Amino acid sequence: MSRILAALGVLVALMFAPLAPAHADDAAFAAAVAGLDQKSFPKRAEAVATLGTLGHARTETVLRALADGTLFARKEDRQVVIGRLSGDAYSLSDAATGAPAGSAPSGELAKIIANNQMRGQIQDILGRFLLFSTDAEDRIRAADQVLSNPDASAVAQVRNALKTENEPAVRQRLERALAAALLSGGGTTEERLAAVQTLGNTNEPALRGLIQRTAANDADDAVRAAATSALAAIDRRLVFLDMGQNLVFGLSLGSVLLLAAIGLAITFGVMGVINMAHGEMIMLGAYTTFVVQQAFRAYLPPDLFGLYLVVAVPMAFVVAGAVGVAMERSVIRFLYGRPLETLLATWGISLMLQQAIRSSFGATNREVANPAWMSGAMDFLGLTLTTNRIVIIIFAAAVVLALAAFLRWSAMGLNMRAVTQNRSMAAAMGIPTGRVDALTFGLGSGIAGVAGVALSQVSNVSPSLGQGYIVDSFMVVVFGGVGSLWGTVVGAMSLGIVNKFLEPYSGAVLAKILVLVIIILFIQKRPRGLFALRGRFVE
Amino acid sequence: MREAHGSILYLDGVSVSFDGFKALNSLSLIIEPGELRTIIGPNGAGKTTMMDVITGKTRPDVGAVLYDGEVDLTKQSEERIAIMGIGRKFQKPTVFENLTVFENLELALAGERRTFAVLFAQLSGTQRDRIAEILATIRLTARAGEKAGTLSHGQKQWLEIGMLLAQDPRLMLLDEPVAGMTDAETEQTAELLVGIAKERSVIVVEHDMEFVRTLASKVTVLHEGSVLAEGSLAHVQADERVIEVYLGR
Amino acid sequence: MGPITRRLIALESKRGWAVLLAVFAFAAVAVPLLNVLLPPDHALHVPTYMVQLLGKFLCYAMLALALDLIWGFAGVLSLGHGAFFALGGYAMGMYMMRQIGERGVYGNADLPDFMVFLNWGELPWYWWGFDSFWFAALMAVAVPGLLAFVFGWLAFRSRITGVYLSIITQAMTYALMLAFFRNEMGFGGNNGLTDFKDILGYSLSADGTKIGLYVATVIALTLAYLVSRFIVGSRLGRILLAVRDAESRVRFIGHSVTGAKLFAFTVSAMIAGVAGALYVPQVGIINPSEFSPAQSIEVAIWAAVGGRGTLFGPILGALSVNGAKSFFTGAAPEVWLFFLGGLFVVVTLFLPKGLVGLASAARRLKRPTLPVTKEEPRNA
Repeated sequence: MSRILAALGVLVALMFAPLAPAHADDAAFAAAVAGLDQKSFPKRAEAVATLGTLGHARTETVLRALADGTLFARKEDRQVVIGRLSGDAYSLSDAATGAPAGSAPSGELAKIIANNQMRGQIQDILGRFLLFSTDAEDRIRAADQVLSNPDASAVAQVRNALKTENEPAVRQRLERALAAALLSGGGTTEERLAAVQTLGNTNEPALRGLIQRTAANDADDAVRAAATSALAAIDRRLVFLDMGQNLVFGLSLGSVLLLAAIGLAITFGVMGVINMAHGEMIMLGAYTTFVVQQAFRAYLPPDLFGLYLVVAVPMAFVVAGAVGVAMERSVIRFLYGRPLETLLATWGISLMLQQAIRSSFGATNREVANPAWMSGAMDFLGLTLTTNRIVIIIFAAAVVLALAAFLRWSAMGLNMRAVTQNRSMAAAMGIPTGRVDALTFGLGSGIAGVAGVALSQVSNVSPSLGQGYIVDSFMVVVFGGVGSLWGTVVGAMSLGIVNKFLEPYSGAVLAKILVLVIIILFIQKRPRGLFALRGRFVE
Repeated sequence: MREAHGSILYLDGVSVSFDGFKALNSLSLIIEPGELRTIIGPNGAGKTTMMDVITGKTRPDVGAVLYDGEVDLTKQSEERIAIMGIGRKFQKPTVFENLTVFENLELALAGERRTFAVLFAQLSGTQRDRIAEILATIRLTARAGEKAGTLSHGQKQWLEIGMLLAQDPRLMLLDEPVAGMTDAETEQTAELLVGIAKERSVIVVEHDMEFVRTLASKVTVLHEGSVLAEGSLAHVQADERVIEVYLGR
Repeated sequence: MGPITRRLIALESKRGWAVLLAVFAFAAVAVPLLNVLLPPDHALHVPTYMVQLLGKFLCYAMLALALDLIWGFAGVLSLGHGAFFALGGYAMGMYMMRQIGERGVYGNADLPDFMVFLNWGELPWYWWGFDSFWFAALMAVAVPGLLAFVFGWLAFRSRITGVYLSIITQAMTYALMLAFFRNEMGFGGNNGLTDFKDILGYSLSADGTKIGLYVATVIALTLAYLVSRFIVGSRLGRILLAVRDAESRVRFIGHSVTGAKLFAFTVSAMIAGVAGALYVPQVGIINPSEFSPAQSIEVAIWAAVGGRGTLFGPILGALSVNGAKSFFTGAAPEVWLFFLGGLFVVVTLFLPKGLVGLASAARRLKRPTLPVTKEEPRNA
């Protein structure tokens, strides 16, 4: 209600105030300043709005004083003054002119109080002053502010700003800001029609709301019709944007799943070993990251801190890989061909690893900081992408490609493929199968550790970190097709995307449940996953 | 389709491929009731895949597989095919190692197959007699109460043949029944099979030419998934193409 | 005497029946008597909390027994048996929730407290009928049984075996856990169901009720054991063993592998459901953490420690592992997970047949060594 009153006040003020050039009439300004000293808040707000439209050189000083609580009315003559505390009394200056006005103790002054609504109003007005800043960045920000919070009171200022603006980027925004302000009230029918055209390509919820209001309430039929069709176009575009957003979110979730599962694609997919301690390999990678981070904090200059992740990646690979090799040599190799026993034994190892970490690092979450270069966001075709999402997607891709290249071209990779395809033949050709087993398992575990570095950036680093990923990563590998690296990639990505597309309808938890149910049903149809090996020798 | 009528097994134009490799290539074969047929062929000729197709383990890509002149085996489950009277012995003897010899035969014995019924099923007197008879035939009476896992390789082969007998099938498929047997055992097995074939149809896949000679049956030579030659052993041994396949040139 | 009766009698040897009867008499009669008749300061007095703890362990034992039926005999390692247990528990919990009536914090006779808290207007349809004990008891068996039947039918029919089956059963219980954590499911969300007052009119805080529940558990476990014995002693039991050894061979002699597994899986889930239903009134709470995959895997280690494929081994295993857990979590909690984890490794590496296997190996070792030791002096 008070907002509407204020808006009306502004309209009235606009009718009487000459649409001023840069330097406004001092008398009108003085009258508006005097208008601040009134009992009712709406009337004060009206005066603030008037000040905003006048564009006088002292507007900013007065409004700032009002917002800071240093604007007073002298009780004896109701002169509006700005007071600065010096000793026991205030030294005063006239608000309208800036001329010194003596001093007075606080008892002789009445503070002019601004309520929250007025503060917001003042902020908008002050913000608009930046439209005339010498810094183009400031001007853009000011124009965006008008655009995101359009108000008829801004029309005059924006028009003024447009007269002098030469920067095309700023001009474009100012034109949109003007259109939004005109549409909020005050524009003629032609102006409003043009405004609808100008704003028809928006994605902003605030502007969409403005157009929606126009479509419903505008006095003119043609404007309403134009707004209605513009609204439909906006909504169509928003649907696509929404899908794009879901796709990016899905890819980023898919990358997290992929990172969690990729090590398993080696140990389970290639070797056929059910490693229930896989999640703990991820957890070890995350804790390695934490330790490296602490070391950087303690021993290296702060400007190198951003590089700690780069160091953590190889460290995590080595730590998790070494634990993996130790596991394979001490336990798993005695259980080849007994998958269910392997499952139980590795589960036991996972419990011990969790407890070992809990005993040495404590049960609570450890804080792993995102380095500065990973925070922030960028705009891409109207989508807002956070940098850490993009980094994770790129990192996952890099890990997969590196792994695929290693398996394909390195001598070790050749040995690994030979041993997994035909163990006895490989042994007969002189490949040390035991060592290859250990190294293959170590590779899978090391990759899981590397994944832990990335996952430490998106989830809580605690001893139970790995537990949260174990079901998901097995699902990804089984869904994608055991033994197929690309199956794992496609599996992870499709599960991530399906999940994110379900989420808006069902909520995050239900989406996850639905995805699990989908996989369980899918496995009934294709027990060997998306990219299944088929043939007589697969049993 | 005219030949299907009256046959026990009828294969026409059956093809199976695994990832581009053609294991069976338009294979056609007819087995008459009461016939003993030996199938030979080099490794990878498709012998095992053919048995897989007949018993429902593998579905053919194309082709007809008819049992008893009318039942389409490609539409039946392994269990149904077994119940209809097709028994199979595997190349590698597979008996139930943690069950006794007697229990192995009990499970194979023709009769009740429904889940709830077998929960309450009891052996009748005649069924016990039948098992005793089979035990005698396969010379394992003395070891009836022992776990099948303790048997020697040859004995396991015999137990598997015994299980086939207990199933009382109309058509038996035997994949290398004498592999790993001593000469004496091989001879006894041949005798047994010839006896069995008097009452039912038998298909034997074998490598051992001496054994094939003892069976004295019609021989089919498979090569690269289809029939290369068919006839008496002497006839196929004289065939140019067979010699080429076996000796290579 | 009908053939079934004769088979029932033949379930155990004479000595077997004697041992079973003795154990049953001790557990179902002697323990309660030692609690009730002896004064608290007597050396042989069994305190009530101990009886209650034992009752809880026996529920676990029943769960381990259920798992053994499907894992030890058919070779199907289910990592979702905790889910059947929890579903049975929820069914009984719902009944006891309805029994609270007006005694809840909000004093609402029509709705459980958590529903009042969530501003629900009326009881959801799936809570109907749980005012009746017998309906709840039926559901405690039927719901796990139905879930197992549907899930098993889908899985076994498409020949999902080995670790694949283990993984998807784990996914099943995980999905259920996530589902039950949601408040919208109407099962109390995070907190689950608790603050129970009484069962069949008896106060749960009364000693008599606790003893009664304990005795009921002993009887249920004994019955479950006998039912399982009957199954594994039947021809179906031999088919299950055959499936474990050579699944496809079973098909080629014409038995339905799917049918046999499905039967065992469903019965096993029903036993687990009964165990859960007895567990909840004894511990006073059921919440979604019972569905967590870790709980279900732990059951596998109880069975493995005792010796799978023996039915009584898993019972022993559940009792001893949980006894050790009570001891460790009291005395040295940080050691417990090392111990449990180590147990998983040691049992799978060195004791594939568990404690039962160890005992019979020891017996075998003893006999042949006797003559050898006699001869030794001569050689020396």
